[in-house]
Amino acid sequence: MSAVLQNLVNQPYKHGFVTDIESEVAPKGLNEDMIRMISSKKKEPEWMLEFRLKSYQAWLKMTEPEWQNCHHPKIDYQAISYYAAPKIKAKLNSIDEVDPELLRTFDKLGVPLHERMALAGVAVDVIFDSVSVATTYKHKLAEVGVIFCSMSEAVLEHPELVQKYLGTVVPTGDNYYAALNSAVFTDGSFCFIPKGVKCPMDLSTYFRINTEESGQFERTLIIAEEGASVAYLEGCTAPAFSTNQLHAAVVELVALDNADIKYSTVQNWYAGDENGVGGIYNFVTKRGLAKGVNSRISWTQVETGAAITWKYPSVVLLGDNSVGEFYSVAVTNNYQQADTGTKMIHIGKNTRSTIVSKGISAGKSNNSYRGLVKIAANATGARNYSQCDSMLIGEECGANTFPYIQVLNNSAQVEHEASTSRIGEDQMFYFAQRGVDAEAAVSMIINGFCKDVFQQLPLEFAVEATNLLSFKLEGSVG
Amino acid sequence: MIYPDSKVLLEVRGLCATVNGIDILKNLDFTVRSGEVHAIMGQNGSGKSTFAKVLAGHPAYEVTSGSVLFEGQDLLALKPEERARAGFFLAFQYPIEVSGVGNGQFLRLSYNTVQKQRGMEELDPLEFDDFVREKMKLLEMSPDFLDRSVNEGFSGGEKKRNEILQMALLEPRLAILDETDSGLDIDALRIVAHGVNQLTTKDNAMVMVTHYQRLLNYIVPDYVHVMDAGRIIKTGGKALALELETRGYDWVSTEYKATASVTA
Repeated sequence: MSAVLQNLVNQPYKHGFVTDIESEVAPKGLNEDMIRMISSKKKEPEWMLEFRLKSYQAWLKMTEPEWQNCHHPKIDYQAISYYAAPKIKAKLNSIDEVDPELLRTFDKLGVPLHERMALAGVAVDVIFDSVSVATTYKHKLAEVGVIFCSMSEAVLEHPELVQKYLGTVVPTGDNYYAALNSAVFTDGSFCFIPKGVKCPMDLSTYFRINTEESGQFERTLIIAEEGASVAYLEGCTAPAFSTNQLHAAVVELVALDNADIKYSTVQNWYAGDENGVGGIYNFVTKRGLAKGVNSRISWTQVETGAAITWKYPSVVLLGDNSVGEFYSVAVTNNYQQADTGTKMIHIGKNTRSTIVSKGISAGKSNNSYRGLVKIAANATGARNYSQCDSMLIGEECGANTFPYIQVLNNSAQVEHEASTSRIGEDQMFYFAQRGVDAEAAVSMIINGFCKDVFQQLPLEFAVEATNLLSFKLEGSVG
Repeated sequence: MIYPDSKVLLEVRGLCATVNGIDILKNLDFTVRSGEVHAIMGQNGSGKSTFAKVLAGHPAYEVTSGSVLFEGQDLLALKPEERARAGFFLAFQYPIEVSGVGNGQFLRLSYNTVQKQRGMEELDPLEFDDFVREKMKLLEMSPDFLDRSVNEGFSGGEKKRNEILQMALLEPRLAILDETDSGLDIDALRIVAHGVNQLTTKDNAMVMVTHYQRLLNYIVPDYVHVMDAGRIIKTGGKALALELETRGYDWVSTEYKATASVTA
């Protein structure tokens, strides 16, 4: 029966194609000149270049962390190209001017860019290697004062906002990869929801890595002013290369008084083949600052791809009565590794956080939840509830839970629940005896296991996530 | 009920099976015709539950020799799900809990899979809801059962009722009820037995695996078999069950051994 389970998980990756497009790829290697080159490519102002150079200096003094429960050969940072972009002749005025090859690529990925074909109610920014190639519904959003554009554009068009917030949640020297990102970031999305505005549509960014030698250094910044609210969705895919590509992103969220940010990710980077060759190293720093009173930041992630996933979308609960949430499904198969979780830092009074983590391991993979709940000395009345469930499929995979709890205030209430289960022979036999084959059974069991997280996703994403999981785990049970 | 000239549903010949290399079923013969109700009784470890699981195709058991024909088809050649779709049903002694999966959703998946196989109409969630609620009345089950996770947090009696509900939905040709009476109080037993009786027709057959005579007061068997050491050693009518109740099992095996030595 195990063989059936194994076959179920081992399905081909359908986003593994390469777009044949003329690209400009910077020579490999990292030094100050490279950073100046990236900055000048983007026609950045001096302050931005300084931010980068300062970060680079910080990075040089740092060493790569090794505490994670993931293993990979040492990354040669001089063997990576830090800039890759499809050649674009002139500044684009509308989506119709985007290279048809790129439009076809995103159509194929299920992200049509023509507004008439696009998903109703979702504005999309698409990032191809190092640059944003298109943003839909930009003008419609501008009518209500919402700014949604690429980070490069924001640096030029809205410097006062970028300067005010960039690096305030994740400081340049926060960690090794954040410092690297701050030095060489190329593109990402910028969202600004002004005071009192409920963003009329979901905002979404689709990240695509296409070039084999390049790294992708995404930088995203989302700001919700007083009373504003927004739901943001992120999707990621990459071609199947036999080498590893580095995706080192930094995402910063800022929620002011009574603001609400809901950030969802469906991550489906190329995971490497069944022998663990190739795949993306997904080393990401995501953090939200619930700065204002009654503010709320919610992370939902469905992590299915990448050879290594290493990220802890976190919330700093600074404002009184602020709320932080983290809902996660992380699936690993074959030789994939994931060390993911969250940090909830309670600083304000009566702050509340919820953590729901579902880890599913199959094949020879290793899946770890790592999370920190910290209640600071002045965080009177803070509450946290954490639930970490692991599910094992087969005999050769591993699941770990590393919860860290630091409580400095006596009034805090912190709860942690954990469970481990296995899709076993008896469960599969029960389904089989009711006529249900292994694939349908696994799909139903997994979706039931992940239900609490999927409920948090916007509908289209929930459907996509469900399909992705069934697809991914097809063949792993039996 | 025994009908003259009814057709053979299940024919087991010389069945031997092992688990982890240990012989459990030893040369077992067993025949069921449509319309009949059978009871298989025997002490713990006599192989009753193993027999039920082997017929259903549980992967832990290995059939080493013998044959099983189900409506003329080689049952052992089919995968467990194919056996189920062909109309073979096992009510589990210990129904499995599936956390997070709604019972209604599970029942519909099972029902539609089997319907599809039979070339019958599949039901959408609303249609199915109406359909299943009717069936639940038969077992005096509250509609709440549909929203709860499959068997999770169900009492022993609720689990068993849920098994019979599945039988009612799938309308099998042959159902084996593996200790369906265990863990049931007298009211639940009556309800479950009533449900089973309502579902018995001249075209299907029931095989009850049980320790106790009690269930047989409610579901009256046409045949009672005594199983011992992996084979059936005595077959009789309803009266045999009553006799077992008063005299225990030992005399049956003593009698069998005596006969066996005479024959030898």
